[in-house]
Amino acid sequence: MNKLQIFTNGLVKENPVLRLVLGTCPTLAVTTMAFNGLGMGIAATFVLFCSNIAISLLRNVIPDKVRLPAYITVIATFVSIVQMLVKAYVPALDKALGVFLPLIVVNCIILGRAEMFASKNKPLDSALDGLGMGLGFALTLVLMGSIREILGSGTWFGMTVIPESIDRFTFMTTPAGGFFTFGILMALVIYIENKTGNTKKRSIGCEGCPSRNVCGVKGGCE
Amino acid sequence: MAAKLAAIFFTMILVDNYVLVKFLGICPFLGVSKKLNSAFGMSCAVIFVMTLATAVTWPIQNFLLTPTDADGNLKWDLGYLQTIVFILVIAVLVQLVEIIMKKYMPPLHKALGVYLPLITTNCAVLGVTVLNIDNGYTFVESIVCALGAGFGFMLAMVIFSGVRKRLEDAQPPKCFEGLPITLVAASATALSFGGFGGLIENIFGTM
Repeated sequence: MNKLQIFTNGLVKENPVLRLVLGTCPTLAVTTMAFNGLGMGIAATFVLFCSNIAISLLRNVIPDKVRLPAYITVIATFVSIVQMLVKAYVPALDKALGVFLPLIVVNCIILGRAEMFASKNKPLDSALDGLGMGLGFALTLVLMGSIREILGSGTWFGMTVIPESIDRFTFMTTPAGGFFTFGILMALVIYIENKTGNTKKRSIGCEGCPSRNVCGVKGGCE
Repeated sequence: MAAKLAAIFFTMILVDNYVLVKFLGICPFLGVSKKLNSAFGMSCAVIFVMTLATAVTWPIQNFLLTPTDADGNLKWDLGYLQTIVFILVIAVLVQLVEIIMKKYMPPLHKALGVYLPLITTNCAVLGVTVLNIDNGYTFVESIVCALGAGFGFMLAMVIFSGVRKRLEDAQPPKCFEGLPITLVAASATALSFGGFGGLIENIFGTM
């Protein structure tokens, strides 16, 4: 794989949310507004980029047995930095994301990429992988946020796009609307895949799961 | 006091359900809910770990990271370490529980132990510990809140495993097969929990 391929891999071909089904919690929770999705995406991209580089540099130092706690510590450090930055410069976003900002630390995209890519590849490749995966995540969040915000609140990034006289489809901003939008979006992606013959088996769990080596219910999530 | 605790407990189960309303712990909700047995086992392990994690992280936050003196002033502020400390404590705790269980309670380990490693990186567990601090709950309130969150998780898991049983016989369009139809079903389940809004205020009064 050349450098460009590594970067674009996460955008479409292995889009973390729609193809690998990772990071579903923040995808559903923060996408009531496009701006929140963008903020979450950028925060996760920053953490992913930094942690991939750090873990790649440390890949020969970290003993295999304690690698998960070591990765979590590295990731938690960068998450704390992001928390402080967001709190200081974008307090509105800090309020909107709430507990999901510290929860980036258990986002399976980040642990998954550390385990699957950064621990086996050189720092530059890992940096590109982190950037591509992060942007793929951010793009999907913005897409979902846009759909839910335009239909549910009639605005897009805070600007009114649907005239006030038309009733809002407020279902879209409720939690149920989140599940619904995600389901429809994924069905759409699968429909396109079937048309183009580019199918991928989807399952929650083992492939991207950071706990798969220690897990007792192998295949239980298939 | 008792009314407030009961209000917290039932709010966590019905109104602020962790899975269906707050979107915490979606992975096990979609992943392990296929069979009722594993859904139940996973939920028991989650209830146990959530309560234990809260019992350990609350004192850490209030006596080590941000302790206050008698007048309520901060003695020192290490609050920025919260994320790192909490996730490491939870990870160590889960490992420790698994080792102890394996040695002294083999039957319990057989039933719950397999789910424990999965729970280390479960956002619902870290989420409940952080939210308890954010809400400024006392120790007892935190424990009740964690218990409620755990039982809410169990309720959602058990209901949803029933829904999925029905889904197995359904024949959706090809592109909806598998995960998409599961998500749409989850949407319908979440919608039913929307009906509980306002229930707690009417029973226990506004807090």
